[in-house]
Amino acid sequence: MSSTAYDKVKLARANNRPTSLSYINNMFSEFFELHGDRAYADDPAIVGGVALLYGMPVTVIGIEKGRSAKERVHRNFGASNPEGYRKALRLMRQAEKYHRPVICFVDTSGAFCGIGAEERGQGQAIAHNLMVLSDLKTPVLSILIGEGGSGGALALCVADEVWMLENSIYSVISPEGCASILWKDSGRAADAAECLKLTAQDAFHFGIADKILPESGLGSVAYYRHLSKQIYQKLGNLLSLTTEDLIEKRYQRFRKFGAFDLVNEEDL
Amino acid sequence: MPSFPFLHKPQNPLEQGGRTSIPARPGEADSELAEQCPNCHRQTELSQLWSNANTCSCGYHFRIKAAQRIRLLTDPDSFVSEFDGLASNDPLEFPGYRKKLEATRNLSGGEEAVLCGRASIGGAPCCLFVMDPYFMMGSMGTVVGEKITRTFELATELNLPVVGYTVSGGARMQEGMLSLMQMAKTSAAVKKHSNAGLFYLTILTDPTTGGVMASFAMEGDIILAEPGATAGFAGARVIEQTVRKKLPPGFQTSEFLLDHGFIDAIVPRLEQRAVISKLLFIHQGGTAHE
Repeated sequence: MSSTAYDKVKLARANNRPTSLSYINNMFSEFFELHGDRAYADDPAIVGGVALLYGMPVTVIGIEKGRSAKERVHRNFGASNPEGYRKALRLMRQAEKYHRPVICFVDTSGAFCGIGAEERGQGQAIAHNLMVLSDLKTPVLSILIGEGGSGGALALCVADEVWMLENSIYSVISPEGCASILWKDSGRAADAAECLKLTAQDAFHFGIADKILPESGLGSVAYYRHLSKQIYQKLGNLLSLTTEDLIEKRYQRFRKFGAFDLVNEEDL
Repeated sequence: MPSFPFLHKPQNPLEQGGRTSIPARPGEADSELAEQCPNCHRQTELSQLWSNANTCSCGYHFRIKAAQRIRLLTDPDSFVSEFDGLASNDPLEFPGYRKKLEATRNLSGGEEAVLCGRASIGGAPCCLFVMDPYFMMGSMGTVVGEKITRTFELATELNLPVVGYTVSGGARMQEGMLSLMQMAKTSAAVKKHSNAGLFYLTILTDPTTGGVMASFAMEGDIILAEPGATAGFAGARVIEQTVRKKLPPGFQTSEFLLDHGFIDAIVPRLEQRAVISKLLFIHQGGTAHE
């Protein structure tokens, strides 16, 4: 099997890719970071706050992997605990109150698999985000900038539109995890990556991503300017919809995902 | 599919739950006549196990097929199966998936990992979904997501509560991202149902994990669990590898979830019918209960 998909996995995980904070700092003005879930702790793996985009108030949330070795440890390599998802939810609800659009930058290998995470309800935290986001009464735009690891990424991706960078991935399970389940051999991750159809191009094909963002000039001033203009335009379009239309379109966006046929019971 | 006579006795071990072909726990004895309990190691005759809803006298809950659970739970002849005949069309052309589906259908006698429909429980009408541990360990592909979503949409339309039994190893990786999207799809349907002021009761059974735990399993107004069920988000082995520590005893069980405030109560299988009909009655305010 060709290793094209796994090349993308490596690119998506590369340490030199811009992280969420790079996008936040370069595209928004007056960013003011807001901390804590108001219940347990502040999770450094998720950064959130209020900012201006061409003068428009927005809420920005990003899963942050960290840029230096030390920061990566501090940020738990972008693997969020339940309090991270609850902080994100708190900021989204606040955005809903003021009808501010929400922009999420997603870059995570997945929700953290730890003892404390289970004790504090990782499953419940993600589930709650999915449910509340499904009818949040303000526009939501999610952009996958690197890794989109399963439920931990989806918790910030129940959005009106989902955009993916050319070399980002979005997967139900890591290729390593899939290979170890299928073939009891995590070394066959490249084969698994191929099978899982996890590239941005695959996601676009299935309608899971609405737009693929080319990466030429990634991280340059011009790149950020161009991207912020696209975001501003999209948010303008979404803001012009009535709340009912916005929510109904978001419902239908996810309602359509299925791949099955109606067959006779005898044929099964 | 026909409705099930109440407490219909299984005609053979396959109908009873297919346990002779798929041992639920490693090391468990499989015999034609008796089953060994992994907890107390006592042998119990199958007929006695069946009359106790697949629970051992020590309190251990064996896994149970969706169809048998429906027979135990619903009023006689009240269950009407809905949304049957949906089959995955293998959107990823995932190696071996079609064969696995076919083999599982033959072995389990079921079409997919969830049964959905309408029923009444203790006279209270409801919509019902019951996941099946004997179909790819209840993994959620697009058929499971679709059937559960339709169940909530039907319940919203008919103004009915939803009772849901969860069993799942998580999102079905053979359908890739489309499986993951079912978490969002079902959650949105749960939210619509909830916005209509309708009641949703979930019962977590062994095992409820991954993408199901992180979506509709934890979205009930009231969440119950069977004793001793494994329930959590991440797989225990993955956690052990990540934190390089031995997991504490009782980690990710129903009792653990109750201790940490994530479920409302643990209810043994033989008491569930009474508890569920009581909760349905209370939430209907008695008006829909004639």
